[in-house]
Formats: sequence, C-alpha cells, structure tokens
Amino acid sequence: MSSQQEKITVSIWRGKEEGDLESFEVPLVDNQTILDLLTSIQRDVDPSLSYRFACRVGMCGSCAMRVNGKPRWTCRTLVSKVVSNGELRLEPLANLPVVKDLVVDMAPFFDKWQAGKGRFEAKDSAVMEFAPIKPDNKKRQLADAAIECINCGVCYSACDVVESNPAFLGPAALNRAWSLMNDERDGSSIERLKAVRGEGGCQSCHTNSQCVARCPLQLNPTRSIAGLKKQVAIAMLKGEL
Amino acid sequence: MNNRLEIKLWLAHRLTGMALGLFVVIHLITMIIVIQGGLSAAEIMERTSSNILVALFYGLFVVAAAMHGSIGLRTVAQEVLNWKGPSLDLVLFIFFALLCVLGVIAIIGLVL
Repeated sequence: MSSQQEKITVSIWRGKEEGDLESFEVPLVDNQTILDLLTSIQRDVDPSLSYRFACRVGMCGSCAMRVNGKPRWTCRTLVSKVVSNGELRLEPLANLPVVKDLVVDMAPFFDKWQAGKGRFEAKDSAVMEFAPIKPDNKKRQLADAAIECINCGVCYSACDVVESNPAFLGPAALNRAWSLMNDERDGSSIERLKAVRGEGGCQSCHTNSQCVARCPLQLNPTRSIAGLKKQVAIAMLKGEL
Repeated sequence: MNNRLEIKLWLAHRLTGMALGLFVVIHLITMIIVIQGGLSAAEIMERTSSNILVALFYGLFVVAAAMHGSIGLRTVAQEVLNWKGPSLDLVLFIFFALLCVLGVIAIIGLVL
C-alpha cells in the first residue's frame, strides 16, 4: 500500500476574516475526498477545525470551499484529482463573511435569493383544473435546465462581478429567478423583472462564465442571466417596467 | 440609484452597440469599394458635399458612438473606481456632449 504512505501537505485557513493558513502533513489515501480528508484531520489531529457538511453525496450543497483557489464541492472532489505537487490549499468560499476556518456565513447569499424574488408566487386565480405542462414545452425545458441548483454557493464565490460589486445578486439568485420566470404556475413575472433589474441586477453580469466553469452540476447561470436580460429589455421596450 | 434610469442606460448601451456594429460594417465596406483604383481627398469631398445621406448616416454614427462610449465609461467608473452619483453623471454627460460636438464638426467639414 505504497500510495497510503505517500504524504501531502494540506494548508487550511484558520481563523475568521483575519487568520492564516495552517499546514498539516497527512497521508494521501486512495479514493479519499476532500471532505473525508477534513474529517480525518478533525478526528485525528485537531478537533477544533471547523467545516460544514451534511449529506456527503452531492445533494445538499453545504460543503463547498476553495480548493487550491477554486471553489468546489468537497464531498465529490477526490484529493488525488486536485493535489498539486503534493500540496493542497483549502480556504473558505470567497465573497462571503468567514464565520470560522472553512465555514462562511451564507446569509448574504440567501438574502439575495429573496431580493431577486427567488420564491414561487402562485397566480391569483384558483386552479380549477389541471394545466398540463408537457415535457416538450419550451418554458418547461428552460426551467428544467436551471432548476437543479443545490445552493452550494460555488458560483457566487467564483463570480468576479460579486467580488467587484457586492450589490450584484449573483449567478445563483438570478438563475433561480430565471427558473421561476419560466414556471407557468408563477404569477409575479413583472415584479420579479423589477427585482432583477436594479443596481446589482442581471445587467451587471459580465458574461465571464466563471459560474458556468465552476458549477458542480454543470448548470449555466450565464445563460439564465442572458435570458433575464432579454426579458427585462423586452418588458422595458413594451413599457411594462 | 434610479433603477429605471439604470436599465434604460443599459438598454441604450446594448442598442447603440448593435447599431455601431452595423455602422462600422457599412463604413468599412463603403471605404473598401470607393477607394478601388485610388481616391484623392478632393474626390471624396466632391462626393460627400451636400450629401444628406452621408450626413444622416454619420450623424447617427456619431450619436451612437458618443452614447455607447459614455455609458460604457460610466459603468467602468462605477465598477472599477467605485465612483457613483451626480458628479459622475455630470462628467460623462459633458464627455457625451463633447463627442457629439466633435463628431458634428467633422460631419459639417465633410458635407458642407
């Protein structure tokens, strides 16, 4: 088992906004994820290490952090795939306040989901009969393409517009707004377009597609934001906004 | 910040960008066609003098370029320099007006 004896150096952010990297020398274990690695360090080396996780299988979106500078979901990232010259650097997600070590405060992220009206609002009229929305319905397909977001915050951390303009709603919130804009049952389209056209709205996106590059579920928030831009522009020209 | 104004400026930036794309293509194709076999300044002036179409085309070109450039610079100033508010709007309106005046002077020289 020579691979288990090979050692790597893991530098982990310790502290809050102010802090420093602390190095740990650990064995490189086959098929170990970053999350497994953190658990082994917490159990065997330093129980005060803080990080966040829940499902461990890529569903909950809790365990995202920066690995060698890039945001990733750590429960589905193998150490062997990302270790570089025997070194690994783990830091909390960017663009969010650090609570402790690798844990960030997600409140600003979810506040922006609310600011972008990322909640379903049913149409006023009561549903009297089933309204079938077939799989080949174009709007349904657009909603389906955006709906699988697990709120991990990876795109928000990767976004250089969020970094330069803290008011920007961010890829995830705008992607959520786009999925609702294509929901036939939702009745607050104009209000939502008003919510996403403000100072930090969809038009602030630089279409650099860092969110697309980093999304662990291969979603395309840039395309969703482009859809919102188009809808905002059309509504504006029609005088609805 | 006035959200309606912001989105209007954004839309104007997009639309003027599209118009400029078209104008540049028309401008370049025209230039390439007319200089075949050589063309002197006097010959250019002869063709553009009193030409309303030329004046109209380049008038729109100037306004679109002035709008596009000013709105774009405003966004850059906001994002890079974090400069916002009436002072920025005033400076860039002056910049817009200056570009328009310079452009119109050039067109007058070409057409009159």
